[in-house]
Amino acid sequence: MARKELIQIRRDPRSLFIALIMPVMQMAMLGYGVSLDAKHIPLYVYDQEGSQESQALLKRFQASEYFDLVKTVDNYRELTAAVDSDRSKLAVVIPFDFSERLRDANQTNVQVIVDGTDDNTANLATDYARAVIGQFSVDFRTEWLRRQGLPVGGGGTVSIEPRTWFNEDLESRNFIIPGIVALVMALVGALLTSLTISREWERGTMEQLISTPITSQEVMFGKLIPYFAIGLVDAAMCVAIGVWWFDVPFRGTLTSLFATTSLFLIVILGIGFMISVAIKSQLGASQIALLVTLLPTMMLSGFAFPIDQMPPVIRAITYVVYSRYYVTILKAIFLKGVGVRALLAPVMAMAIYAVVIGWMATHAFKKTLD
Amino acid sequence: MAGQDTTASVRVESLVKKFGKFTAVDRVSFATAPGEIFGFLGPNGAGKSTTIRILCGLLRPTSGKAVVAGFDVARQAEEVRQNIGYMSQKFSLYNTLKVVENLRFFAGMYSVPRDLADARIREAIAMAGLAGHEHDLTATLAGGWKQRLALGCSILHRPKVLFLDEPTSGVDPISRRQFWDLIHEMAGGGVTVFVSTHYMDEAEYCNRLALMNRGALVALGTPNELKRHLMKGALLLAKCEPLGPALEILQHNPAVVDAAVFGEALHVTVEDAAAATTSLPGYLAEHGVKCTRLEPIPPSLEDVFVQLTGRRIRAGEVTAS
Repeated sequence: MARKELIQIRRDPRSLFIALIMPVMQMAMLGYGVSLDAKHIPLYVYDQEGSQESQALLKRFQASEYFDLVKTVDNYRELTAAVDSDRSKLAVVIPFDFSERLRDANQTNVQVIVDGTDDNTANLATDYARAVIGQFSVDFRTEWLRRQGLPVGGGGTVSIEPRTWFNEDLESRNFIIPGIVALVMALVGALLTSLTISREWERGTMEQLISTPITSQEVMFGKLIPYFAIGLVDAAMCVAIGVWWFDVPFRGTLTSLFATTSLFLIVILGIGFMISVAIKSQLGASQIALLVTLLPTMMLSGFAFPIDQMPPVIRAITYVVYSRYYVTILKAIFLKGVGVRALLAPVMAMAIYAVVIGWMATHAFKKTLD
Repeated sequence: MAGQDTTASVRVESLVKKFGKFTAVDRVSFATAPGEIFGFLGPNGAGKSTTIRILCGLLRPTSGKAVVAGFDVARQAEEVRQNIGYMSQKFSLYNTLKVVENLRFFAGMYSVPRDLADARIREAIAMAGLAGHEHDLTATLAGGWKQRLALGCSILHRPKVLFLDEPTSGVDPISRRQFWDLIHEMAGGGVTVFVSTHYMDEAEYCNRLALMNRGALVALGTPNELKRHLMKGALLLAKCEPLGPALEILQHNPAVVDAAVFGEALHVTVEDAAAATTSLPGYLAEHGVKCTRLEPIPPSLEDVFVQLTGRRIRAGEVTAS
């Protein structure tokens, strides 16, 4: 049974695609797409003064990896047009008295125009800009004081040090990649298994199959073992991409990764199998599979939205979302490098889930046409 | 063995299957002997497939009893499955597997012991005439070959009873012929072969026939018995012009028991063939119908079926034999 299933998967380009190509695509798409960092923000500058000081400030912007200086303009019209047309997310206007005021009162005003349509990028861009300008002003003041022979730090300079709290490394990828691994596993696992039984119903081969003495447990294990193996391969692929391509640290052990992944796979494959048994058309089964795996994993697992910021009712719901535990475990394995023992609670929750789903799945399939 | 009954290979007693309010199988009873070719004849929806599925343990009977190879289909479905082979109406092997992979797969499904499996797979390939095509993808085989392969798959475990649900539908006549040779071979080896069909010529090959209509068994017997005993009166072939009005006119004649269209002619059942052949042409002429030919013919199974049920087995495809 398992061998037949493997041969069939190998000869079915669609299954092969879902099993091997989709995880890579998902990882790439989500890994790049769902990044919460803003880097290489297109920057326009209107330098009204054109002094040594203003140029020094611009150099700072250019040096920052967060900004790409696209163009220096000499009027407001061009500047606003750039922001309007989305060519620029952030525009900086350096006033004509910039250097003078900087020296005199340490009171510089730099106008920053931000495209606020993308709230997240706008906030980040403003923060980064403030950081660049703030640092510049501190450095400038220190340098100026030193040159004047005055004691450094005595000038009462207020330095602003903005920090992006939700993402201290400014690398949201580190948090997102483990979540994506869970997402990909859930998606691929449930999708493939949901198709496996319904395909046999649709093609009429199931009728032949259940007329043989094979037991329903044998059908289930025969169907699921290949997908379990594929799931583990997918997990390894996803983690490899995460670590080597996206430079996400992997601080845990492979043993704990595969142990917990196996539990998660049992849950996911069990769910896919039950869907497949209940819904005898491939289309219907795959739709339901997407609905019960992708959606909760996206919304409620803590992958995209932090669970502790959810309203209490929703937070309560997350406790029944199986992927929540897996995402927690994965993040811990990737970033904290803790073992299974430290993750006892979520691992136990997953184990219970696996047992319950496994039990239900073994009883879901009936060898009858009624 | 407990609960085993060795006298009949299949015994069915007032079997009923209802789907909601619809009665698909209505109090059907019969028994078959080992080595018998038992045909199920009837139009689509007559309950042939449903009956076969019940006998294979795929559907639970609503009431009544069915014993297959000594086991009760409702209570001992697994034992039944070990002793039967089944070929469903729709071709149901794996198209993405090679010929030999399908055979190996089903050998595994039927738990054929490893030491026997290879020999039986070779036999099945030889029987199905698939030598040299072992490594072809099943999807690439022609219809008749697929059917023979399916038959080969369903007998790997040497079942006592073989259920073939319209095995030759959509297969060319030569392949059908070959397929029936295989069925006879199997029956010769003591296997009870259950075949449902709506091909009249195939029905003639069966040892015994069960005619089914709207879920009920309307007649049971050898093809000859059915033709001899069930036909009331004699059968005449009538070629008339125009055909439609001729049918209506004949149905109103008191000497005519029944009349039905068969291809381009009419089959007319009468009580006395000699009297009718002399009187009917004149009667038809009176009503403006020209009769070019009127002669007694031996009844076909289709005639029997039409007379019993008033229905055709296969609308539009039946011609007089």
